[in-house]
Amino acid sequence: MYLYDELDRTLVGERVAEFRGQVARRLSGELNEDEFRPLRLMNGVYLQLHAYMLRISIPYGTLSSAQLRMLAHVARRYDRGYGHFTTRQNIQYHWIKLEELPDAMADLASVGMHGMQTSGNVVRNITTDQWAGVAPDEIEDPRIWAEVIRQHVTLHPEFSFMPRKFKIAVGTSRHDRAALRIHDMALQMHRNGAGETGFEVMVGGGLGRTAFIAKTIKPFLHKRDVLSYVEAVLRTYNQFGRRDNIYKARIKILVHELGAEAFAKEVEAEWQSIKDGPLALDEEVVADIASRFRYPAYARLQNSPAELAEAPGGDRRFEAWIGNSVAKHKVPGYAIVTLSLKPEGGTPGDVTAGQMDAIADVADRYSFGEIRVGHEQNLALPHVAQRDLPAVWRALNAIGVAIPNVNLITDIIACPGLDYCSLANARSIPIAQEITRRFRNLDLARDLGRLHVNISGCINACGHHHVGHIGILGVEKNGEEFYQITLGGKADENATLGTLIGPAVPYAQVADLVEDIAAAYIELRERPDELFIDTVKRTGVEPFRERVYAAR
Amino acid sequence: MTSPLQQKLKINGPVVVTANRLADGAVVYRGEGGWTTKLDSAAVTASAAVVQDLLAAARADGLHAVDAYVAPVQVTEDGGVRPGNLRERIRSSGPTIDLPLQALRAKVDHVPVR
Repeated sequence: MYLYDELDRTLVGERVAEFRGQVARRLSGELNEDEFRPLRLMNGVYLQLHAYMLRISIPYGTLSSAQLRMLAHVARRYDRGYGHFTTRQNIQYHWIKLEELPDAMADLASVGMHGMQTSGNVVRNITTDQWAGVAPDEIEDPRIWAEVIRQHVTLHPEFSFMPRKFKIAVGTSRHDRAALRIHDMALQMHRNGAGETGFEVMVGGGLGRTAFIAKTIKPFLHKRDVLSYVEAVLRTYNQFGRRDNIYKARIKILVHELGAEAFAKEVEAEWQSIKDGPLALDEEVVADIASRFRYPAYARLQNSPAELAEAPGGDRRFEAWIGNSVAKHKVPGYAIVTLSLKPEGGTPGDVTAGQMDAIADVADRYSFGEIRVGHEQNLALPHVAQRDLPAVWRALNAIGVAIPNVNLITDIIACPGLDYCSLANARSIPIAQEITRRFRNLDLARDLGRLHVNISGCINACGHHHVGHIGILGVEKNGEEFYQITLGGKADENATLGTLIGPAVPYAQVADLVEDIAAAYIELRERPDELFIDTVKRTGVEPFRERVYAAR
Repeated sequence: MTSPLQQKLKINGPVVVTANRLADGAVVYRGEGGWTTKLDSAAVTASAAVVQDLLAAARADGLHAVDAYVAPVQVTEDGGVRPGNLRERIRSSGPTIDLPLQALRAKVDHVPVR
């Protein structure tokens, strides 16, 4: 866990008081909507189709059980009894009333939570690997660096009115679990030849109407230079990013138009002028921030304890869950447990208040009170003793979050789509729900193996459709919902944008088409263990197009 | 994107003026002299001049509702008013999916850990 200091607590408390005054002045008419809109957006408050939406950041995806219980309380007290985890380690409430928002925010502030940096043209919530601090393949805890940057950019006046929003992700593992390369800026830790650790800096990634994979502009940045270099990138973007056209305002367009090399030169020039100034990181400062991350007092345990040998009551579902949702931990005898928020017929990422409370209970008892939020819209318990896995499974299974479908075709990423979102052209959630019904047979889903379906209800791509192994994008044609399908996208360390497979199909045909794609994969794969994404890479999309569109 | 707020005003049939209520964001429609949550009570017109008047009145009343725009409707044979497209149907009737509590109502909501 990260322990907020007095400064953070004061800042969050003051922000609530300020927002309370702003809401009161809006409701009395003292502020008009044009004056109020930017103020509410600075606190993560959007107006959606049916209601206000409040987006709360979960920095680096780390939640305490007390925070999760507070999220449950807010869901019950101010919303409709549930929350929605997004693709950027945030949670959203979709039915909040403006007049109750200050009270909801005060409750959230009591556990250090807020909506700052979840909207507006600022540096957004800095995301990272949901397995931070526990992943066996990690060099060091990425959250320390996310926190170093967060402290610097939060409410930084120079970066409060940028051309557009700015999303940063940090990774320190060999395997990228944080979709680094689709971020405006990403820091990937490496070890150099001398054994020192530092960061590869990538910029200009992003999805939306013009999608790009981030380009490396600095192969190795020493850790002491992280803040000054981030500042140099932000300043370069602030200076040269376009403000005349919202569709060309993201840094990806600037990097694309200037070229990564020219952009890097501009950053370098800026950086040289500030790198040895006050932003050069003092080791003591970093150590102080690192010391506020508290790690559990792990017991000395062995891997594969006897308790795991026998499934509870011989339940095959337990074995399936162990094989699917439980991952290796860096500490012997412990495991990382992923909680699938993708039930059959459910809304990806939605959790009820009751489930949140129950998960907080499980975390307290079995995961040192800690929960993680991943960009795939699932949760994780990061510190579960392997001997406790049967009990954890029983508790999670009782509330419907022990579905062994993590990374399978039904573990779908989907934006809220036209059911909630005022920007959407088409629905995402019912498409996801129908696909989960078609593939409800877990044996079938397991046979298909690792297969990521990502769905967005508009070109803004909150559902990351460009980087889905199967990407589904909702568009509107003459008032009807149509969906474009791409294949072969991925968001990991070899991030790639998907390729369009054929003409858009109407709403009613999308799930059929996904079934046909799955059937084509089974026919085309060379071996049962050739992953879907590898088959698409080997064959290209043409053989899929031939099979899937032949009858259409 | 295709938010009606960002589109040019085109009147090709019956329309209403709609917005979200300031205090809670609920969907409201411009009726005679004020706002209503009932589409049936909205002022329906196909006249550009009337629409402009409704819109001007709606936008002048920023204290009760925000982000007013023109939305298509269908008038049924019996004089009822129905939303004119999917977006407006969803705004009028809510999400097309079960909300999580509805979907989970058969299950125990909170199982304490024993």
